[in-house]
Amino acid sequence: MVAFLAYTVLPLVWLVINASKTQADLFDSFGLWFSDSFALFTNIGDTLSYNDGIFVRWILNTLLYVVVGAGGATLLSALAGYGLAKFRFPGRSAVFAIVLGAVAVPGTALAVPTFLMFSKMDLTNTPWAVIIPSLISPFGLYLMWTYAVEAVPNEILEAARVDGAGELRTFFTISIRLLAPGIVTVLLFTTVATWNNYFLPLIMLSDPDWYPLTVGLNQWNAQAQSAGSQPIFNLVLTGSLLSIIPIVAAFLVLQRQWQSGLSAGSVKA
Amino acid sequence: MASGTARTVPPSRPPVRRKSRKDWRGWIFVGPFMAVFALVFIAPLVYAIYLSTFRNQLIGGNSFVGLDNYTQLLHDASFWHALLRVLLFLVIQVPIMLAIALGAAMAIDSARLYGANLFRIALFLPYAVPAVVAVLMWGFIYGDQFGLVGQLNEAIGTGLNPFDSSWILISIGNIVTWSFVGYNMLIFYTTLKTIPAELYEAAELDGAGQFWIIRAIKLPALRGSMVIATIFSIIGSFQLFNEPNILRPLVENIITTDYTPNMYAYNLAFSGQQQNYAATVAIVMGVVTAVIAYVVQLRGSRTEDL
Repeated sequence: MVAFLAYTVLPLVWLVINASKTQADLFDSFGLWFSDSFALFTNIGDTLSYNDGIFVRWILNTLLYVVVGAGGATLLSALAGYGLAKFRFPGRSAVFAIVLGAVAVPGTALAVPTFLMFSKMDLTNTPWAVIIPSLISPFGLYLMWTYAVEAVPNEILEAARVDGAGELRTFFTISIRLLAPGIVTVLLFTTVATWNNYFLPLIMLSDPDWYPLTVGLNQWNAQAQSAGSQPIFNLVLTGSLLSIIPIVAAFLVLQRQWQSGLSAGSVKA
Repeated sequence: MASGTARTVPPSRPPVRRKSRKDWRGWIFVGPFMAVFALVFIAPLVYAIYLSTFRNQLIGGNSFVGLDNYTQLLHDASFWHALLRVLLFLVIQVPIMLAIALGAAMAIDSARLYGANLFRIALFLPYAVPAVVAVLMWGFIYGDQFGLVGQLNEAIGTGLNPFDSSWILISIGNIVTWSFVGYNMLIFYTTLKTIPAELYEAAELDGAGQFWIIRAIKLPALRGSMVIATIFSIIGSFQLFNEPNILRPLVENIITTDYTPNMYAYNLAFSGQQQNYAATVAIVMGVVTAVIAYVVQLRGSRTEDL
């Protein structure tokens, strides 16, 4: 177990250590220990201000994609999972078959056709091209469905109906609270998916002003590799570190919630 | 049930009435999901099929060619090499990753481990690291300039080169394993947590040792999760794109533009302007993946429904 722990954690330790080095020390000092120059804060400052602060713009873009994309995906999954769990309606089994079948179709296989379709609709190179495909999470739907079956007792729904509450009102005032741990879990996983999304924005966006962090960072790296340009490896590393801190923090802060949501979801699995 | 309004009547389930009393309320909830789903899943799929039956020729422009693109793909060595490469990758990387994840989940679950909580979180962390960052990081670590591998070679005289043509697929496999082993471990672990304690007590009363508890209780309970983890991993392998594509600038002559089927489709569409043929590649890969995922699901879930 200790060896395994080292395997997963060492590269991250390496990243933290090397984000504190100057460009020169990156080449000269031992990779797993700090060098004499502790340049972490200089590096952070340089990362945020390089190229007129484009990195800050990428952070804001990523936040936009996460809030609208992952937030929307979670809402749609919660509604649909609840609908599948608590209602018997015409076409239910068809919905089921189609969505489960869709899980097996690789998202990336769809990305090229989606790009071609979106470019016909003039959606490429706009934030919508990244946000709209992020709104669907078959995994989120599956998790919400299995969660809602157990978490929302039918008796409560019946009682609310007898009291004359509409279905949507029942959902937003009562059911949503019972679904909260499942919702947090789905929100975290869709957030990771959107925060880490690379392939889709790479295809859809050509204007660096709309890039998320991932595409931007790789562009910096490509620039650092190419001959003749000024290498900015230290900024690539510091930027990498900065881009994983929020997501790791979210997991740590919310860990009790998402783990309980996940285990309830896996009962059925 | 004193009140006579129709909406308070409990939904009538099994009795088959001709057309009255169909309960459509579920669509209020499922409708929005399905509307977006149609736009981002079904429409591109249909559009891709449509595109794949056309070809943009120098003479005659865009014309309908039926299944010609598919017959071309059948004889396309680049495509087959790429497909065989991801198959080889899948056959080796997925079992290793799932075995490690399974072992870790069992170890943490057995509760003898001190600091199990810390282990669980630490092992899961790489999943939260974006693929781009993971590849950049490992790319640096692999390198001989300021990478750990280079420093290791210098220190003890080994000649490791992760960028060598015979090593590169293993190097990619290592990055993928690193990224997803904790995620799979968590799927297994949460399933193990749902096994009722009475089962273990009963087994111990019957004199079962750890080995038998694992064989008779834990592994059967994990069956469903194993199927799901395997399917997700297979899909991931067939989609392989980020890792080789981000490493590519470092080893341009080894990781070619048609290294994996997905990179092939991407480069056909965006560098080669062969969008119809790219759509064909995407569809064939979708079908191959779906068929294999379906077979795995059938074989894995004979006894229970997923």
